[in-house]
Amino acid sequence: MLRLSGLSKTYADGTEALRDISLQVGKGDILALVGGSGCGKTTLLRLIAGLDIPSSGAITVNGETIKGPHPSIGIVFQEPRLLPWLTVAGNVGFGLADLPPQERQVRILHALEKVGLAGYDQRWPRELSGGQQQRVAIARAFVTEPKVLLLDEPFSALDAFTRASLHDHLLLLWAETKPTVVMVTHDVEEAITLADRVVVMRPRPGRMMETISVTLDRPRDRLALGFDKAKRRILHALDRSLQPEKAAPTQKGADNASHWW
Amino acid sequence: MTDTMSHSDLRHSVDPRDPRSSRVKGSNPSRSFALAGILLPLLLAILWEAAIRSGLAVGRLMPPPSTIGATLWELAKSGELQLHCLATLGRVLAGFALGALFGTMIGAAAGALVVVRRLIDPTLQALRAVPSIAWVPLFILWMGIFETSKVALIAVGVFFPVYLGVAGAIEGIDRKLIEVGQVFRLNRWAMIRRVMLPAVLPAWIIALRSGLGLGFMFVVAAEFMGASEGLGFLLVDGQQMGKPAQILASIITFAVLGKLADGVLVMVSKPLLLWQDTARGAL
Repeated sequence: MLRLSGLSKTYADGTEALRDISLQVGKGDILALVGGSGCGKTTLLRLIAGLDIPSSGAITVNGETIKGPHPSIGIVFQEPRLLPWLTVAGNVGFGLADLPPQERQVRILHALEKVGLAGYDQRWPRELSGGQQQRVAIARAFVTEPKVLLLDEPFSALDAFTRASLHDHLLLLWAETKPTVVMVTHDVEEAITLADRVVVMRPRPGRMMETISVTLDRPRDRLALGFDKAKRRILHALDRSLQPEKAAPTQKGADNASHWW
Repeated sequence: MTDTMSHSDLRHSVDPRDPRSSRVKGSNPSRSFALAGILLPLLLAILWEAAIRSGLAVGRLMPPPSTIGATLWELAKSGELQLHCLATLGRVLAGFALGALFGTMIGAAAGALVVVRRLIDPTLQALRAVPSIAWVPLFILWMGIFETSKVALIAVGVFFPVYLGVAGAIEGIDRKLIEVGQVFRLNRWAMIRRVMLPAVLPAWIIALRSGLGLGFMFVVAAEFMGASEGLGFLLVDGQQMGKPAQILASIITFAVLGKLADGVLVMVSKPLLLWQDTARGAL
Protein backbone atom coordinates (compact mmCIF):
# COMPACT_ATOMS: atom_id res chain seq x y z
CA MET A 1 0.00 0.00 0.00
CA LEU A 2 1.19 3.47 -0.93
CA ARG A 3 0.59 6.22 1.61
CA LEU A 4 1.33 9.91 1.18
CA SER A 5 0.95 12.07 4.24
CA GLY A 6 1.07 15.86 4.24
CA LEU A 7 3.33 15.96 1.21
CA SER A 8 4.54 19.44 0.17
CA LYS A 9 7.17 20.58 -2.28
CA THR A 10 8.58 24.06 -2.58
CA TYR A 11 11.37 24.50 -5.10
CA ALA A 12 14.56 26.42 -4.35
CA ASP A 13 13.29 29.43 -6.28
CA GLY A 14 10.26 29.70 -3.98
CA THR A 15 7.72 28.12 -6.33
CA GLU A 16 5.24 26.14 -4.31
CA ALA A 17 4.50 23.13 -6.45
CA LEU A 18 2.53 20.96 -4.03
CA ARG A 19 0.75 21.68 -0.77
CA ASP A 20 -0.36 19.14 1.77
CA ILE A 21 -1.10 16.07 -0.34
CA SER A 22 -2.42 13.14 1.66
CA LEU A 23 -3.77 10.00 0.13
CA GLN A 24 -3.69 6.23 0.32
CA VAL A 25 -3.69 3.84 -2.57
CA GLY A 26 -4.42 0.23 -1.71
CA LYS A 27 -2.59 -2.77 -3.14
CA GLY A 28 -3.56 -3.33 -6.75
CA ASP A 29 -5.56 -0.10 -6.98
CA ILE A 30 -5.21 2.23 -9.94
CA LEU A 31 -5.34 5.91 -9.13
CA ALA A 32 -5.43 8.64 -11.78
CA LEU A 33 -4.36 12.22 -11.16
CA VAL A 34 -5.96 14.80 -13.43
CA GLY A 35 -5.75 18.59 -13.40
CA GLY A 36 -4.69 21.64 -15.32
CA SER A 37 -1.08 22.33 -16.12
CA GLY A 38 0.99 23.50 -13.19
CA CYS A 39 -0.99 21.54 -10.62
CA GLY A 40 2.07 19.53 -9.64
CA LYS A 41 1.03 16.15 -10.99
CA THR A 42 4.44 15.36 -12.41
CA THR A 43 6.16 16.76 -9.31
CA LEU A 44 4.08 14.40 -7.19
CA LEU A 45 5.16 11.38 -9.25
CA ARG A 46 8.81 12.48 -9.11
CA LEU A 47 8.57 12.67 -5.33
CA ILE A 48 7.11 9.16 -5.12
CA ALA A 49 9.76 7.86 -7.54
CA GLY A 50 12.44 9.31 -5.29
CA LEU A 51 13.80 11.57 -8.03
CA ASP A 52 12.97 14.68 -5.96
CA ILE A 53 12.88 15.20 -2.22
CA PRO A 54 9.70 16.52 -0.56
CA SER A 55 9.95 19.74 1.46
CA SER A 56 7.74 18.18 4.12
CA GLY A 57 5.57 15.14 4.62
CA ALA A 58 6.33 11.49 4.03
CA ILE A 59 5.86 8.71 1.48
CA THR A 60 5.63 5.12 2.60
CA VAL A 61 5.22 1.86 0.71
CA ASN A 62 4.00 -0.98 2.93
CA GLY A 63 5.18 1.04 5.92
CA GLU A 64 8.65 1.65 4.54
CA THR A 65 9.59 5.33 4.13
CA ILE A 66 10.75 6.28 0.65
CA LYS A 67 13.85 8.48 0.64
CA GLY A 68 15.16 7.87 -2.87
CA PRO A 69 14.66 5.54 -5.82
CA HIS A 70 13.37 2.27 -4.41
CA PRO A 71 13.29 -1.25 -5.88
CA SER A 72 9.57 -1.59 -5.25
CA ILE A 73 8.71 1.56 -7.20
CA GLY A 74 8.82 1.70 -10.99
CA ILE A 75 8.08 4.57 -13.32
CA VAL A 76 7.15 5.06 -16.97
CA PHE A 77 8.00 8.56 -18.11
CA GLN A 78 6.17 10.81 -20.52
CA GLU A 79 8.80 9.94 -23.15
CA PRO A 80 10.02 6.37 -23.69
CA ARG A 81 13.54 7.28 -22.49
CA LEU A 82 15.03 4.13 -23.97
CA LEU A 83 18.80 3.88 -23.99
CA PRO A 84 19.55 4.08 -27.72
CA TRP A 85 22.71 1.95 -27.46
CA LEU A 86 20.85 -1.06 -26.05
CA THR A 87 18.63 -3.39 -28.05
CA VAL A 88 14.97 -3.69 -27.10
CA ALA A 89 15.85 -6.71 -24.95
CA GLY A 90 18.71 -4.79 -23.34
CA ASN A 91 16.37 -1.93 -22.50
CA VAL A 92 13.64 -4.14 -21.05
CA GLY A 93 16.22 -5.99 -18.96
CA PHE A 94 18.00 -2.83 -17.84
CA GLY A 95 16.77 -3.20 -14.25
CA LEU A 96 17.47 -6.94 -14.13
CA ALA A 97 21.26 -6.83 -14.25
CA ASP A 98 21.51 -8.87 -11.04
CA LEU A 99 19.53 -11.83 -12.36
CA PRO A 100 21.21 -14.84 -13.99
CA PRO A 101 21.13 -14.38 -17.79
CA GLN A 102 18.72 -17.19 -18.43
CA GLU A 103 16.02 -16.02 -16.03
CA ARG A 104 16.58 -12.51 -17.27
CA GLN A 105 15.98 -13.60 -20.83
CA VAL A 106 12.79 -15.46 -19.90
CA ARG A 107 11.35 -12.44 -18.14
CA ILE A 108 12.31 -10.06 -20.94
CA LEU A 109 10.70 -12.21 -23.61
CA HIS A 110 7.59 -12.70 -21.51
CA ALA A 111 7.17 -8.96 -20.94
CA LEU A 112 7.74 -8.22 -24.62
CA GLU A 113 5.11 -10.75 -25.57
CA LYS A 114 2.65 -9.15 -23.18
CA VAL A 115 3.09 -5.74 -24.80
CA GLY A 116 2.75 -7.24 -28.27
CA LEU A 117 6.39 -6.93 -29.25
CA ALA A 118 7.36 -10.59 -29.44
CA GLY A 119 10.19 -11.00 -31.94
CA TYR A 120 11.37 -7.42 -31.53
CA ASP A 121 13.95 -8.21 -28.84
CA GLN A 122 17.01 -7.74 -31.07
CA ARG A 123 15.86 -4.46 -32.64
CA TRP A 124 17.35 -1.07 -31.88
CA PRO A 125 15.06 1.55 -30.34
CA ARG A 126 15.49 3.74 -33.42
CA GLU A 127 13.78 1.06 -35.52
CA LEU A 128 10.57 1.30 -33.49
CA SER A 129 7.65 3.69 -33.77
CA GLY A 130 6.77 6.01 -30.89
CA GLY A 131 4.03 3.70 -29.66
CA GLN A 132 6.30 0.65 -29.81
CA GLN A 133 9.02 2.50 -27.91
CA GLN A 134 6.56 3.42 -25.19
CA ARG A 135 5.49 -0.22 -24.96
CA VAL A 136 9.14 -1.17 -24.44
CA ALA A 137 9.30 1.43 -21.66
CA ILE A 138 6.20 -0.09 -20.05
CA ALA A 139 7.73 -3.57 -20.29
CA ARG A 140 10.95 -2.23 -18.74
CA ALA A 141 9.01 -0.91 -15.76
CA PHE A 142 6.90 -4.05 -15.28
CA VAL A 143 9.68 -6.58 -15.67
CA THR A 144 11.18 -5.77 -12.26
CA GLU A 145 7.76 -6.46 -10.72
CA PRO A 146 7.44 -3.24 -8.71
CA LYS A 147 4.82 -2.97 -5.96
CA VAL A 148 4.05 0.58 -7.05
CA LEU A 149 4.06 1.65 -10.67
CA LEU A 150 4.02 5.34 -11.60
CA LEU A 151 2.89 6.46 -15.04
CA ASP A 152 3.55 10.06 -16.04
CA GLU A 153 1.27 10.75 -19.01
CA PRO A 154 2.88 7.83 -20.84
CA PHE A 155 0.37 7.91 -23.70
CA SER A 156 0.05 11.65 -24.23
CA ALA A 157 2.21 11.75 -27.36
CA LEU A 158 0.33 8.96 -29.12
CA ASP A 159 -2.67 8.90 -31.41
CA ALA A 160 -6.06 7.68 -30.17
CA PHE A 161 -5.85 4.18 -31.69
CA THR A 162 -2.38 3.49 -30.37
CA ARG A 163 -3.45 4.83 -27.01
CA ALA A 164 -6.43 2.50 -26.76
CA SER A 165 -4.34 -0.55 -27.60
CA LEU A 166 -1.70 0.50 -25.07
CA HIS A 167 -4.42 0.71 -22.39
CA ASP A 168 -5.18 -2.93 -23.10
CA HIS A 169 -1.51 -3.93 -22.92
CA LEU A 170 -1.12 -2.01 -19.68
CA LEU A 171 -4.12 -3.69 -18.04
CA LEU A 172 -2.88 -7.08 -19.25
CA LEU A 173 0.47 -6.57 -17.55
CA TRP A 174 -1.17 -5.07 -14.49
CA ALA A 175 -3.42 -8.11 -14.11
CA GLU A 176 -0.35 -10.36 -13.73
CA THR A 177 1.22 -8.89 -10.63
CA LYS A 178 -1.46 -6.38 -9.59
CA PRO A 179 0.84 -3.53 -8.60
CA THR A 180 -0.50 -0.31 -7.15
CA VAL A 181 -0.64 2.17 -10.03
CA VAL A 182 -0.56 5.96 -9.81
CA MET A 183 -0.94 7.60 -13.19
CA VAL A 184 -0.98 11.19 -14.34
CA THR A 185 -3.09 12.03 -17.34
CA HIS A 186 -4.66 14.91 -19.23
CA ASP A 187 -7.22 12.62 -20.77
CA VAL A 188 -10.39 12.20 -18.71
CA GLU A 189 -11.55 9.19 -20.71
CA GLU A 190 -8.19 7.53 -20.16
CA ALA A 191 -8.54 8.12 -16.44
CA ILE A 192 -12.00 6.51 -16.39
CA THR A 193 -10.90 3.61 -18.61
CA LEU A 194 -8.06 2.67 -16.31
CA ALA A 195 -8.56 3.99 -12.79
CA ASP A 196 -10.49 2.97 -9.70
CA ARG A 197 -10.24 6.48 -8.34
CA VAL A 198 -9.66 9.80 -10.05
CA VAL A 199 -8.14 12.65 -8.07
CA VAL A 200 -8.79 16.10 -9.50
CA MET A 201 -6.08 18.57 -8.57
CA ARG A 202 -6.11 22.33 -8.35
CA PRO A 203 -3.11 24.32 -9.63
CA ARG A 204 -0.77 26.92 -8.09
CA PRO A 205 0.04 25.46 -5.65
CA GLY A 206 -0.92 21.88 -6.50
CA ARG A 207 -3.55 20.57 -4.11
CA MET A 208 -6.09 17.79 -4.14
CA MET A 209 -9.55 19.06 -4.82
CA GLU A 210 -11.86 16.16 -5.32
CA THR A 211 -11.69 12.41 -5.51
CA ILE A 212 -14.12 10.52 -7.72
CA SER A 213 -14.51 6.76 -7.52
CA VAL A 214 -15.07 4.77 -10.68
CA THR A 215 -16.77 1.49 -9.92
CA LEU A 216 -17.44 0.24 -13.44
CA ASP A 217 -16.58 -3.35 -14.28
CA ARG A 218 -13.53 -4.07 -16.39
CA PRO A 219 -13.05 -4.14 -19.31
CA ARG A 220 -14.70 -0.78 -19.48
CA ASP A 221 -16.95 0.28 -22.30
CA ARG A 222 -16.75 3.91 -23.31
CA LEU A 223 -20.35 3.84 -24.43
CA ALA A 224 -21.74 2.54 -21.12
CA LEU A 225 -24.01 4.80 -19.14
CA GLY A 226 -21.82 4.90 -16.04
CA PHE A 227 -18.82 5.90 -18.11
CA ASP A 228 -20.48 9.04 -19.32
CA LYS A 229 -21.71 9.89 -15.84
CA ALA A 230 -18.22 9.59 -14.35
CA LYS A 231 -16.84 11.64 -17.22
CA ARG A 232 -19.28 14.46 -16.58
CA ARG A 233 -18.49 14.53 -12.88
CA ILE A 234 -14.77 14.72 -13.52
CA LEU A 235 -15.12 17.39 -16.20
CA HIS A 236 -17.29 19.42 -13.84
CA ALA A 237 -14.70 19.12 -11.09
CA LEU A 238 -11.94 20.08 -13.54
CA ASP A 239 -13.91 23.17 -14.54
CA ARG A 240 -14.19 24.25 -10.95
CA SER A 241 -10.52 23.51 -10.29
CA LEU A 242 -9.51 26.01 -12.95
CA GLN A 243 -11.79 28.80 -11.73
CA PRO A 244 -10.25 31.56 -9.60
CA GLU A 245 -10.75 30.95 -5.92
CA LYS A 246 -12.96 33.88 -4.99
CA ALA A 247 -15.29 31.71 -2.93
CA ALA A 248 -12.47 30.53 -0.76
CA PRO A 249 -14.42 29.43 2.37
CA THR A 250 -16.94 27.24 0.54
CA GLN A 251 -14.16 25.84 -1.62
CA LYS A 252 -12.27 24.96 1.51
CA GLY A 253 -15.35 23.10 2.70
CA ALA A 254 -15.52 21.17 -0.51
CA ASP A 255 -11.83 20.39 -0.18
CA ASN A 256 -12.30 18.75 3.17
CA ALA A 257 -15.44 16.99 2.09
CA SER A 258 -13.60 15.40 -0.79
CA HIS A 259 -11.51 13.32 1.56
CA TRP A 260 -14.65 11.52 2.66
CA TRP A 261 -15.69 10.43 -0.78
CA MET B 1 1.86 -21.53 -24.72
CA THR B 2 2.13 -23.06 -28.17
CA ASP B 3 -0.64 -20.76 -29.27
CA THR B 4 1.22 -17.59 -28.36
CA MET B 5 4.44 -19.00 -29.77
CA SER B 6 2.99 -19.53 -33.21
CA HIS B 7 1.39 -16.12 -32.99
CA SER B 8 4.70 -14.44 -32.35
CA ASP B 9 6.45 -16.46 -35.03
CA LEU B 10 3.88 -15.42 -37.56
CA ARG B 11 4.22 -11.80 -36.58
CA HIS B 12 7.98 -12.03 -36.89
CA SER B 13 8.00 -13.65 -40.30
CA VAL B 14 5.51 -11.35 -41.99
CA ASP B 15 6.81 -8.12 -40.55
CA PRO B 16 7.59 -5.89 -43.53
CA ARG B 17 9.89 -3.60 -41.55
CA ASP B 18 12.55 -6.20 -40.94
CA PRO B 19 15.68 -4.14 -40.29
CA ARG B 20 17.94 -6.69 -41.89
CA SER B 21 16.29 -6.36 -45.26
CA SER B 22 16.19 -2.56 -45.04
CA ARG B 23 19.84 -2.46 -44.05
CA VAL B 24 20.87 -4.43 -47.12
CA LYS B 25 18.81 -2.16 -49.30
CA GLY B 26 20.32 0.93 -47.71
CA SER B 27 23.94 -0.12 -48.27
CA ASN B 28 23.64 -0.61 -52.02
CA PRO B 29 23.58 3.03 -53.17
CA SER B 30 26.34 4.04 -50.74
CA ARG B 31 28.55 1.29 -52.12
CA SER B 32 28.12 2.32 -55.72
CA PHE B 33 28.95 5.91 -54.78
CA ALA B 34 32.05 4.90 -52.86
CA LEU B 35 34.25 5.43 -55.92
CA ALA B 36 32.67 8.78 -56.81
CA GLY B 37 35.10 10.63 -54.59
CA ILE B 38 38.04 9.59 -56.74
CA LEU B 39 36.56 11.06 -59.96
CA LEU B 40 37.51 14.70 -59.39
CA PRO B 41 41.22 14.18 -58.52
CA LEU B 42 41.51 11.66 -61.37
CA LEU B 43 40.01 14.10 -63.86
CA LEU B 44 42.29 16.94 -62.75
CA ALA B 45 45.35 14.66 -62.97
CA ILE B 46 44.46 13.57 -66.50
CA LEU B 47 43.85 17.18 -67.60
CA TRP B 48 47.17 18.35 -66.17
CA GLU B 49 49.05 15.44 -67.73
CA ALA B 50 47.41 16.20 -71.08
CA ALA B 51 48.22 19.92 -70.79
CA ILE B 52 51.92 19.18 -70.32
CA ARG B 53 52.11 16.42 -72.94
CA SER B 54 50.51 18.72 -75.50
CA GLY B 55 52.93 21.54 -74.67
CA LEU B 56 50.28 23.90 -73.28
CA ALA B 57 52.18 24.05 -69.97
CA VAL B 58 55.83 23.55 -69.03
CA GLY B 59 55.31 21.89 -65.65
CA ARG B 60 58.71 22.75 -64.20
CA LEU B 61 57.27 23.90 -60.84
CA MET B 62 54.11 21.81 -61.12
CA PRO B 63 55.27 18.48 -62.47
CA PRO B 64 52.74 16.19 -64.20
CA PRO B 65 51.28 13.18 -62.41
CA SER B 66 53.55 10.82 -64.32
CA THR B 67 56.68 12.54 -62.92
CA ILE B 68 55.24 12.54 -59.40
CA GLY B 69 54.37 8.88 -59.81
CA ALA B 70 57.88 8.12 -60.97
CA THR B 71 59.33 9.98 -57.98
CA LEU B 72 57.09 8.06 -55.61
CA TRP B 73 58.12 4.80 -57.25
CA GLU B 74 61.81 5.63 -56.96
CA LEU B 75 61.42 6.61 -53.32
CA ALA B 76 59.54 3.41 -52.64
CA LYS B 77 62.04 1.25 -54.52
CA SER B 78 64.97 2.60 -52.53
CA GLY B 79 63.03 2.05 -49.31
CA GLU B 80 63.20 5.76 -48.49
CA LEU B 81 59.44 6.27 -48.69
CA GLN B 82 58.75 3.49 -46.21
CA LEU B 83 61.36 4.89 -43.85
CA HIS B 84 59.86 8.37 -43.95
CA CYS B 85 56.31 7.07 -43.66
CA LEU B 86 57.18 4.94 -40.66
CA ALA B 87 58.99 7.81 -38.97
CA THR B 88 56.04 10.14 -39.46
CA LEU B 89 53.43 7.54 -38.50
CA GLY B 90 55.38 6.61 -35.39
CA ARG B 91 55.47 10.23 -34.27
CA VAL B 92 51.79 10.77 -35.00
CA LEU B 93 50.80 7.62 -33.17
CA ALA B 94 52.91 8.39 -30.11
CA GLY B 95 51.66 11.97 -29.97
CA PHE B 96 48.08 10.89 -30.66
CA ALA B 97 48.17 8.30 -27.90
CA LEU B 98 49.49 10.81 -25.38
CA GLY B 99 47.20 13.65 -26.45
CA ALA B 100 44.11 11.42 -26.63
CA LEU B 101 44.83 9.91 -23.21
CA PHE B 102 45.27 13.24 -21.44
CA GLY B 103 42.53 14.92 -23.46
CA THR B 104 40.07 12.20 -22.49
CA MET B 105 41.01 12.14 -18.81
CA ILE B 106 41.11 15.89 -18.27
CA GLY B 107 38.09 16.40 -20.52
CA ALA B 108 36.12 13.84 -18.52
CA ALA B 109 37.08 15.52 -15.26
CA ALA B 110 36.15 18.96 -16.59
CA GLY B 111 32.86 17.67 -17.99
CA ALA B 112 31.81 15.83 -14.87
CA LEU B 113 33.01 18.17 -12.10
CA VAL B 114 32.07 21.83 -12.11
CA VAL B 115 34.97 22.71 -9.82
CA VAL B 116 37.54 21.24 -12.19
CA ARG B 117 35.90 22.96 -15.14
CA ARG B 118 35.91 26.38 -13.46
CA LEU B 119 39.53 25.93 -12.44
CA ILE B 120 41.18 24.67 -15.60
CA ASP B 121 38.91 25.43 -18.54
CA PRO B 122 39.78 29.15 -18.89
CA THR B 123 43.50 28.40 -18.87
CA LEU B 124 43.15 25.61 -21.40
CA GLN B 125 41.02 27.79 -23.66
CA ALA B 126 43.72 30.47 -23.59
CA LEU B 127 46.43 27.91 -24.38
CA ARG B 128 44.31 26.57 -27.21
CA ALA B 129 44.48 29.96 -28.89
CA VAL B 130 48.28 29.76 -29.13
CA PRO B 131 49.38 28.83 -32.67
CA SER B 132 51.13 25.48 -32.81
CA ILE B 133 54.34 26.86 -34.29
CA ALA B 134 54.69 29.17 -31.27
CA TRP B 135 55.47 26.16 -29.10
CA VAL B 136 58.33 24.97 -31.30
CA PRO B 137 61.17 27.16 -29.94
CA LEU B 138 60.14 26.47 -26.36
CA PHE B 139 59.85 22.73 -26.85
CA ILE B 140 63.26 22.64 -28.54
CA LEU B 141 64.79 24.48 -25.59
CA TRP B 142 63.09 22.18 -23.12
CA MET B 143 63.37 18.82 -24.81
CA GLY B 144 66.02 19.15 -27.48
CA ILE B 145 65.61 18.73 -31.20
CA PHE B 146 65.04 14.99 -31.21
CA GLU B 147 61.92 12.85 -30.85
CA THR B 148 60.67 14.05 -27.46
CA SER B 149 59.93 17.59 -28.53
CA LYS B 150 58.24 16.42 -31.73
CA VAL B 151 55.97 13.95 -29.98
CA ALA B 152 55.16 16.58 -27.35
CA LEU B 153 54.14 19.08 -30.02
CA ILE B 154 51.85 16.55 -31.70
CA ALA B 155 50.37 15.57 -28.35
CA VAL B 156 49.53 19.23 -27.70
CA GLY B 157 47.76 19.39 -31.03
CA VAL B 158 45.75 16.24 -30.39
CA PHE B 159 44.94 17.16 -26.81
CA PHE B 160 42.69 20.16 -27.43
CA PRO B 161 40.05 18.76 -29.77
CA VAL B 162 39.81 15.60 -27.66
CA TYR B 163 39.55 17.64 -24.46
CA LEU B 164 36.86 19.90 -25.90
CA GLY B 165 34.88 17.02 -27.40
CA VAL B 166 34.89 14.87 -24.28
CA ALA B 167 34.13 17.72 -21.86
CA GLY B 168 31.29 18.95 -24.04
CA ALA B 169 29.85 15.46 -24.49
CA ILE B 170 29.83 14.70 -20.78
CA GLU B 171 28.28 18.05 -19.97
CA GLY B 172 25.65 17.39 -22.62
CA ILE B 173 24.50 13.93 -21.47
CA ASP B 174 20.71 13.83 -21.41
CA ARG B 175 19.48 14.29 -17.84
CA LYS B 176 16.48 12.15 -18.73
CA LEU B 177 18.67 9.10 -19.39
CA ILE B 178 20.56 9.70 -16.16
CA GLU B 179 17.20 9.61 -14.37
CA VAL B 180 16.48 6.21 -15.90
CA GLY B 181 19.72 5.04 -14.30
CA GLN B 182 18.69 6.60 -10.99
CA VAL B 183 15.28 4.92 -11.04
CA PHE B 184 17.05 1.56 -11.37
CA ARG B 185 19.39 2.61 -8.53
CA LEU B 186 22.68 2.33 -10.41
CA ASN B 187 25.63 3.14 -8.21
CA ARG B 188 28.19 5.69 -9.34
CA TRP B 189 30.35 3.22 -11.22
CA ALA B 190 27.42 1.46 -12.89
CA MET B 191 26.02 4.83 -13.93
CA ILE B 192 29.32 5.69 -15.61
CA ARG B 193 29.67 2.29 -17.25
CA ARG B 194 26.08 1.67 -18.32
CA VAL B 195 24.80 5.17 -19.08
CA MET B 196 27.46 7.84 -19.31
CA LEU B 197 30.19 6.04 -21.29
CA PRO B 198 27.87 4.77 -24.02
CA ALA B 199 26.20 8.19 -24.18
CA VAL B 200 29.50 10.01 -24.87
CA LEU B 201 30.97 7.33 -27.13
CA PRO B 202 29.92 8.88 -30.49
CA ALA B 203 31.18 12.34 -29.51
CA TRP B 204 34.40 10.80 -28.17
CA ILE B 205 35.11 9.03 -31.44
CA ILE B 206 34.48 12.22 -33.40
CA ALA B 207 36.82 14.06 -31.04
CA LEU B 208 39.47 11.38 -31.60
CA ARG B 209 39.06 11.74 -35.34
CA SER B 210 39.56 15.50 -35.31
CA GLY B 211 42.46 14.98 -32.89
CA LEU B 212 44.06 12.55 -35.29
CA GLY B 213 43.63 15.05 -38.12
CA LEU B 214 45.35 17.74 -36.11
CA GLY B 215 48.06 15.24 -35.24
CA PHE B 216 48.92 14.96 -38.92
CA MET B 217 49.04 18.75 -39.20
CA PHE B 218 51.30 19.11 -36.20
CA VAL B 219 53.68 16.39 -37.34
CA VAL B 220 54.69 18.56 -40.28
CA ALA B 221 55.37 21.48 -37.96
CA ALA B 222 57.35 19.10 -35.76
CA GLU B 223 59.38 17.73 -38.64
CA PHE B 224 60.06 21.22 -39.96
CA MET B 225 61.93 21.95 -36.76
CA GLY B 226 64.73 19.72 -37.83
CA ALA B 227 64.44 16.08 -38.73
CA SER B 228 66.53 13.71 -40.81
CA GLU B 229 63.60 11.50 -41.67
CA GLY B 230 59.86 11.74 -42.01
CA LEU B 231 57.55 13.11 -44.65
CA GLY B 232 58.02 16.63 -43.28
CA PHE B 233 61.75 16.26 -43.85
CA LEU B 234 61.01 15.14 -47.39
CA LEU B 235 59.03 18.36 -47.91
CA VAL B 236 61.80 20.63 -46.64
CA ASP B 237 64.40 18.65 -48.57
CA GLY B 238 62.37 18.99 -51.75
CA GLN B 239 62.18 22.74 -51.29
CA GLN B 240 65.88 23.17 -50.57
CA MET B 241 66.95 20.92 -53.42
CA GLY B 242 64.43 22.39 -55.85
CA LYS B 243 62.55 19.12 -56.39
CA PRO B 244 58.83 19.99 -56.73
CA ALA B 245 57.98 16.40 -57.64
CA GLN B 246 59.34 15.24 -54.29
CA ILE B 247 57.29 17.88 -52.46
CA LEU B 248 54.12 16.83 -54.24
CA ALA B 249 54.95 13.16 -53.69
CA SER B 250 55.14 13.67 -49.94
CA ILE B 251 52.00 15.81 -49.93
CA ILE B 252 50.15 12.98 -51.65
CA THR B 253 51.60 10.48 -49.21
CA PHE B 254 50.39 12.68 -46.35
CA ALA B 255 46.90 12.71 -47.80
CA VAL B 256 46.87 8.93 -48.22
CA LEU B 257 48.30 8.24 -44.75
CA GLY B 258 45.88 10.66 -43.07
CA LYS B 259 42.90 9.20 -44.86
CA LEU B 260 44.00 5.64 -44.06
CA ALA B 261 44.52 6.42 -40.38
CA ASP B 262 41.09 8.04 -40.17
CA GLY B 263 39.62 5.08 -42.03
CA VAL B 264 41.10 2.65 -39.51
CA LEU B 265 39.64 4.70 -36.64
CA VAL B 266 36.21 4.74 -38.28
CA MET B 267 36.37 1.01 -39.00
CA VAL B 268 37.35 0.14 -35.45
CA SER B 269 34.59 2.30 -33.99
CA LYS B 270 31.84 1.30 -36.39
CA PRO B 271 30.62 -1.82 -34.57
CA LEU B 272 30.34 0.26 -31.39
CA LEU B 273 28.01 2.77 -33.01
CA LEU B 274 25.58 0.52 -34.86
CA TRP B 275 22.78 1.78 -32.64
CA GLN B 276 23.08 5.39 -33.72
CA ASP B 277 20.07 6.95 -35.35
CA THR B 278 22.03 9.00 -37.84
CA ALA B 279 22.78 9.20 -41.52
CA ARG B 280 25.65 6.77 -41.23
CA GLY B 281 26.35 6.89 -44.94
CA ALA B 282 27.77 10.37 -44.43
CA LEU B 283 30.47 9.26 -42.01
